[in-house]
Order: sequence, then C-alpha cells, then structure tokens
Amino acid sequence: MNFTINGQSVEVEADIRSSLLDLLRNSLGFTGTKKGCDQGACGACTVLVDGERINSCLALAVQYQGRSITTVEGLGSDGSLHPLQEAFVEHDGFQCGYCTPGQLCSAVGMAREIERNIPSVVTANLSADSVAIDERELRERMSGNLCRCGAYNGIIEAISETLVKTPATPQVRARA
Amino acid sequence: MSAQSDAAASRPGRWQPAVTQDPMLRKHGAQGHGALGQPVSRIDGPLKVQGKARFAAEFPYEGLCYAALAFSTIARGRITALDTTAAEAAPGVVLVMTHRNAPRMKAPSLMMSSPTAAGASDLPVMQNDEIHWNGQPIAVVLAETQEQADHAASLVTADYAVLPATTSFEEAKKTPRQLDNILGQPPVVEIGDAEAALKGAAVQVDQIYRTPRHNHNAIELHAATVAWTGDELRVHDASQLLDLTAGQLADIFGLEADKVRVSSPYVGGGFGGKCLWDHQILACAAARLAGRPVRIMLSREGVFRIVGGRTLTEQRVALGANAEGRLDALIHTGIVAMTTHNSCPEQFTFPARHLYAARTIRLAQEVADMDMLANTFMRAPGESVGTFALECAIDELAEKLGLDPIELRRRIEPDKDPTSGKPFSARHLIDAYDKGAERFGWNRRSATPRRRRDGEWLIGMGCATATYPYHRFPGGAARIRLKADGRVTVSTAVHDMGMGTATAQAQHIAARLGVPLDHVTFEYGDTTLPRGVIAGGSTQTASIGGAVIAATETFVEELLKLAGNDSPLAGLSLAEVETRDGGIGHRDDAARFESYESILRRSGRGELVCEAEAPPPAEMEAFSMHSYGAQFCEVRVSEITGEVRVSRFFGSFDAGRILNAKTATSQFKGGIIMGIGLALTEETNFDPRSGRIVNASLAEYHVPVQMDVPAIEILYTDIPDPQAPMGARGIGEIGITGVGAAVANAVYNATGKRIRDLPITLDKLM
Repeated sequence: MNFTINGQSVEVEADIRSSLLDLLRNSLGFTGTKKGCDQGACGACTVLVDGERINSCLALAVQYQGRSITTVEGLGSDGSLHPLQEAFVEHDGFQCGYCTPGQLCSAVGMAREIERNIPSVVTANLSADSVAIDERELRERMSGNLCRCGAYNGIIEAISETLVKTPATPQVRARA
Repeated sequence: MSAQSDAAASRPGRWQPAVTQDPMLRKHGAQGHGALGQPVSRIDGPLKVQGKARFAAEFPYEGLCYAALAFSTIARGRITALDTTAAEAAPGVVLVMTHRNAPRMKAPSLMMSSPTAAGASDLPVMQNDEIHWNGQPIAVVLAETQEQADHAASLVTADYAVLPATTSFEEAKKTPRQLDNILGQPPVVEIGDAEAALKGAAVQVDQIYRTPRHNHNAIELHAATVAWTGDELRVHDASQLLDLTAGQLADIFGLEADKVRVSSPYVGGGFGGKCLWDHQILACAAARLAGRPVRIMLSREGVFRIVGGRTLTEQRVALGANAEGRLDALIHTGIVAMTTHNSCPEQFTFPARHLYAARTIRLAQEVADMDMLANTFMRAPGESVGTFALECAIDELAEKLGLDPIELRRRIEPDKDPTSGKPFSARHLIDAYDKGAERFGWNRRSATPRRRRDGEWLIGMGCATATYPYHRFPGGAARIRLKADGRVTVSTAVHDMGMGTATAQAQHIAARLGVPLDHVTFEYGDTTLPRGVIAGGSTQTASIGGAVIAATETFVEELLKLAGNDSPLAGLSLAEVETRDGGIGHRDDAARFESYESILRRSGRGELVCEAEAPPPAEMEAFSMHSYGAQFCEVRVSEITGEVRVSRFFGSFDAGRILNAKTATSQFKGGIIMGIGLALTEETNFDPRSGRIVNASLAEYHVPVQMDVPAIEILYTDIPDPQAPMGARGIGEIGITGVGAAVANAVYNATGKRIRDLPITLDKLM
C-alpha cells in the first residue's frame, strides 16, 4: 500500500484489516498518534486527512491511500514547533501528554471548519454570514477529545491565543 | 528514630525530621527561592507536543510479537474445557498460552506487604483452572500483528463448572468483615459515647450516602513492551511504582533483583491505576515461552476487565450539634465492597479523623467480600468519596442550624488533631475558606434554595472542605553528580505521569544547590537509578525532597573536605555553610565562598558523585500533617430535564509551599475535573447477577469532556509547612476531594433536592 504522510510518500505492506491508527503506529512507526480506546470515543488518535480531522482508529487504512495524511509529527515545520504546539506548552494544555497529539490535530482541523463557517450544535444563529466563535463554541467543538488529566482550560487558552481568536471575557465568567 | 537522632547529633546542620526544619526554609525564609514556585513550563513539554515522548507500547524491538487476551465470562468456578486449536491454527499466531502451558510463577504479594511487593491481588496468575472474577484472563495469544492476535484471541472458547459467586453488594454486605487495620490505622475510632450524644443533641443529621464504582480511565491504555535476554528481563512499562514492579517481577519469575530492569519515562496518566496488574506478568511469561519480545496493549474493554478501579461505598454520617453549632457527636461509618484476595478498603473515614472538633466521635468501616476483580487505589482513595458524605452532612447540619456552612466550619475548627491529639504541622483551612469565599462571591449565595433562576435554569452555590494527608515514604535515595562545568544531575527512580515531577524537581534542585535551572538535569523513570519511591498517595514530591536533602548534606560535606585548608571555606562544617550562587558559602559571611567549579578544579576532580537515602519520616509521627482546601461550586440545573451544568468552580488550597505555579495549578484543576466526573457522570456499572462490568468503554463510562468543564480558578495559601521538605505537602489528590459534596450542595441550593447517591444524574432530579 502507498500512503502520503506528512508530505512524504511511503510504501508499506500491511494487514488489510489495519486501521489507519495501527498502520501509523505499528507498521510505520508514527507513534505520535495515540490509541486510547480504538472505538472513536476518546479522540487521542485524531489525524488530519486532506486537512480534515478524523479518528484514525475508525478509518480502514486501505481507504486512505492517495490522501494527504498529517500526524502530530507533521504539524511543525523546519524543525520548529507549530504556534499551537508552543501555546500548549505555555498554557500547560496537557499533563501526561498522551491525548495531546490528538488535541493538537483536532484543534487544527477545527480551525479549518470555523474558517469554512461550519456551525456546531451550540451555534445560536445558523443563518449568520459568519459563525460567532466564543469559548463555548470552542469547548463544544473540542469535546470529542478527552483529557483525563483535565487540562481542558489550558487547551482552550492555547487555541484561543493562536488559532481562533475569541472574545476576551469567557462566557462562564460573564454569567456569574 | 533514636538512631536517626544520634546520627544527626554527630552531624550538626543535618536535617532532623520533626526536630529541625528543612534548611532551605531557614536559608531563604518563606520567600525568594529563585526558580522555586515560578510558573516554569514543563521540561518535557516540547517532546510531548511533537509526539516524540515514547510511551510503553512504542519501543521497537526486532522480532516483536503482539499480545491479545481472552477473558473469562463467569465470576467464579473452574475451566473444564479450553479449546485453543482454532486460535493456534489462525494466521500469524506464534503461540497461545493458557494455565496449561504457562511457566510456573509465584503469586504476587499484596502491595505494601513487603518492600518488593506490588501485587494488586495475591491470586496466582494463569497457574490453574480457577476463575475468581468475571473477566479474568484465560488465554494469551501472541501473533505477528495486533490484528492477527486480536482475531485469534476471539477464537478461544471455554467451558466452565460454575461455582456460587457473591456478585451482589446487597447480599455481600449482610456478612460484613472487620479488617485488622485500614492502611495501618485502626478500623474503629471511638471517643466517648457518640450514639448517646447524638440522641441527646439539640440538632441532628443522620443520613446514608452512596458512591458507585469508578475506573481511572487514563487515556493511555495499559501497555508494556517486554524482552528477555537469557535470564535478564527488560520491561518498558507504564508505571507509577517502578522499583516495586521490578522487585515483584523478580520474585514471580525467581530472578535476582538486579536481573529485572523496568523503565517508564512517560506515563499516559495513572491516577492509581498504572500499577502491576496481570498484563505485565502475562506478557513476561509469554515472552519467555515464545523466546521473543512481546508488546501488550490492553483494549479499553481489557482495562475494565483486568485493571481494578475504585470500589463502591455505603456510608452513614450522623452529626449532633448544640444550638451554637458545636459538635456533640460525629459518626461516620459504613462498608465497601472488596475481595478476599486484596486489601484496599477505600478509607472513607479518614477525613473525619482529622477535620473537625467534636465532643464524641465514632468512626468505623467494614468490607463486604465479593467475587470480583480486585479493587484498587484511585485518586484520593477514601478522601474523595469520604468527603462527599461528610461534607454533604455538614452542609445539611448548617442548614438546620441556620448557619452559613463556612461559619459552621469556623465553629468546629479544632486546635489539635481531634482523634490523635497531635499538633497540626500547619493548618490554614479557614484562611483558605475566607480567601476563596471572597474571590468566588460566596456572599451572593442565598441560604434558601431555589432563589436564583435564569429561565429554565435554577442556579445554586455550594462549598465543601478538601483534605488529603501528607505522607513521606521511607527508603528513597537520590544521587547528585556534579561536573567540572558546574552542571548537576540528580537521579532517583521516580515517576512523572504528568504531575510535573521532572520540572518541579529541577526547580527544587536549582534552588537547593544554588545553581541556575538550566544547569540542572533530573533523571527519573528507570530502576537502574537509585531506588525511588512510588508515585502514590501524593507522597512523591516530599519523599524525593527528603532524599535530595540527605544527598545534599553528603554533597556539601564532601565538597568541604575537597576544599581543604587553602579554601575560604577552610574549617567550616555543614552547620555553618549554605549553598548559594553555584557554590558553598558561610551563612553569615558573604566573603567566605568558593564555587563548586573552583573546588573541583583545585582538587583535581572531574566530577563529584554523592548518594544518600532520606531520613525516616519522623515528622509524620510527631505531627498531624494534611493539606486542606475549600471548594466552591456554582451549578445551573434545568428544571425541565434535570441536567446539571457546573458553571463556575473555584478551588482555594492550603497545601504548603507550591513548587511550580503552572504545573501545580494544573494538578489542582485536574483533580477538580475528575471530581466533577465523580459528582455528575462517572459510574462503573457492575451487573449484580453476573459480576460483569457492563459499560466497559469510554462511550458508556462518562468522563468529563471539554464542554463539561468551566474555566476553573485556583488560589493557594503558599504557606510553607515547617515540617515538610521544601515546606511542600502533596497536591496530586487533594483537588478531587470535596468536589462531589461542593457540587451536591450547590445542586441542593439550586433545587432544594438533596442527592445523597452519586452520580447526580438527571433522573435523580426529575
């Protein structure tokens, strides 16, 4: 099978039953992508395919030949960190670091969804020209990525600072 | 203790726990520790965000094969037939291991029963046909790929002779068992006649509280990569007890202790769950049988089947008070489910032993034996669920007394430990309440429920006390290596599962040795390093501190010897000097100083290596030592659906000196978030008919997600504990304590409904 991963073409022999996740981790050594449930419930395995985020544990690898796959190893460029990666470190958007690759890929994919004006379940005005993004929108859109250490606040701070600017005052505080 | 005192007396300037303070507190006072306390970003951060931190299942080996497990489907009985022929014939299968062909192995010993015991239970692992719980491994399949192993494991079939099993807690609790001790503490504590005092009290609360089973659900699945070279065993584990795991594996396989090396530089979350369970033992056994390295990574279901979680509790809290709010009676009793092959009694009566002054006290807890997977420690075992019951009852009492719940706590604040009578090393609980209440806006709370609403949403506030004991484990050692360029490496076999150990300890060592942070390397996570302590019970930071203090004393004494008579330090002893500015100086004479580099250079040494073991934890014997906190919660509860949303949360902690403002805040928040799960969504569903866990997935066991968590605010007193190394008490577990009660009390304030049965799901509010 032939895959394009982080811009590189790779040829690999693999079990046709392999998920994209197992292919990445076991056959190709891209162990940055993590397995947390293998059933689409935790988001740790999130990668980007043609810029869109998917759970690679639910993806049959053979179907992704010829698509452009980006893993956490491919987020930065020229040996430097992606701004979101730097912001995760700065805002302590993780503790153990296991869900982090999935959070990062998911956030990058989410930013693209917002650019394309895709609403979420909490979007109030579905007919607006552009979706108004606040902290609540970000939290909803990042809820497919579990973090058991509980770095949720830092994750949102890192995303708001780099990828998706939100109003300065978080909605939860405004309500109080 | 006397030996320690004698030794210390002969070495003035040495730290004597319970007698003298950590010299770092004296040297710098409460403030100004240089790097200490600063919000330094985690040292392993860049590796982790690039996916370059290698976890247990990610170590490559030539000839590696993959493991998959088959599990029993009955709770108790014997295997009468085990058909592995189809599995053995499946493509890619290397071997199928069952009790029939597994190597003979000693059973594990229960953790804490000896210095090398790490067993979560003392049942033999795959050594006979007996089944002790529903989900017990009955076969291990090794294959060339994970897919092949998983498929072949699904082909293993078994027949059983079923034996009667106790799988109903309601049945099991009819024959309770009293343990000899609860983690070394008496199972029953009685001061006066509490039941009589309760009957005679002017105001009474007497309620039953229930908490369900929980699972840790660290996002990293339990995994290990293991390889034998002759009779040497190499294990890449996800572990929070490295040295114990190595010692226990050596014992199980009949090896010399130094033949087993376990490493675990990165762990994808632990919370008490990343200890030694059957999967590592089975992987080692199968690897030996196959003569090949093995990688095992449990499925999420597999984690639920063979890695225990928190057990359920049924607790009675009865409080009797006089009209002024003084406690005449404090009763906290109850029972938890356990097995006869483990010892983990979920010490829910521990908070009540130390929190409040009462004229009479009765505390007692028992266990109900069940046929189930051994339960285990999970973040704040005991305190997490014990504070739910106790702190809800305090809230109920405050309401009956017509007192603000914080004012009630002020009135029952003890001046010494209420059950042991020992002095507190430091206790600033009321301070934490006052500061937290002000910042949270507690004064906006209506004492009467159902007074605030926003459309369909009822809004309420609640608070509760957080508490967790200070412990320092003995036996840990640290090694300091000083190089000619003034750089230092400190090594000890400890763990960083995301707590920030490596970062906080680097800061600690920089401050203690008086060197810049970038001159410090902290080595951990490998049993080839000096013996460390476990990462459990919020003990690791203080325990490492004790070892580093001891190593530093040796280090300074060695340097003073090397400095000799030509140094400005000539003639000075440990008691007269301090480390500062990359060297050693007289405490009171700035002119008498020599740098580490200069001492090494003049003595012709390329490096200096010192190792020492921490002194025994005498401070724990002399003082009542605990961290405290005040948890504040605001909830919004839908009157239509019963849905509860936590809209604000504020944690105000008194945990001694904080070593890193950034990582400590994350620890507190992480605990609170797990507490929100405990309060609202988390429950391991155990089928009382079959003894099988029926929601063995992250889709059906609901940990908090991003949308469930508001912006949490954290405050801490940062007052050093004079008895603790660095003045720091543990912070890993206190965050989860009190949260269940704070949420439940807020739900009551919003709705007028007391929910005494966790989790507070929608149906209970309809």
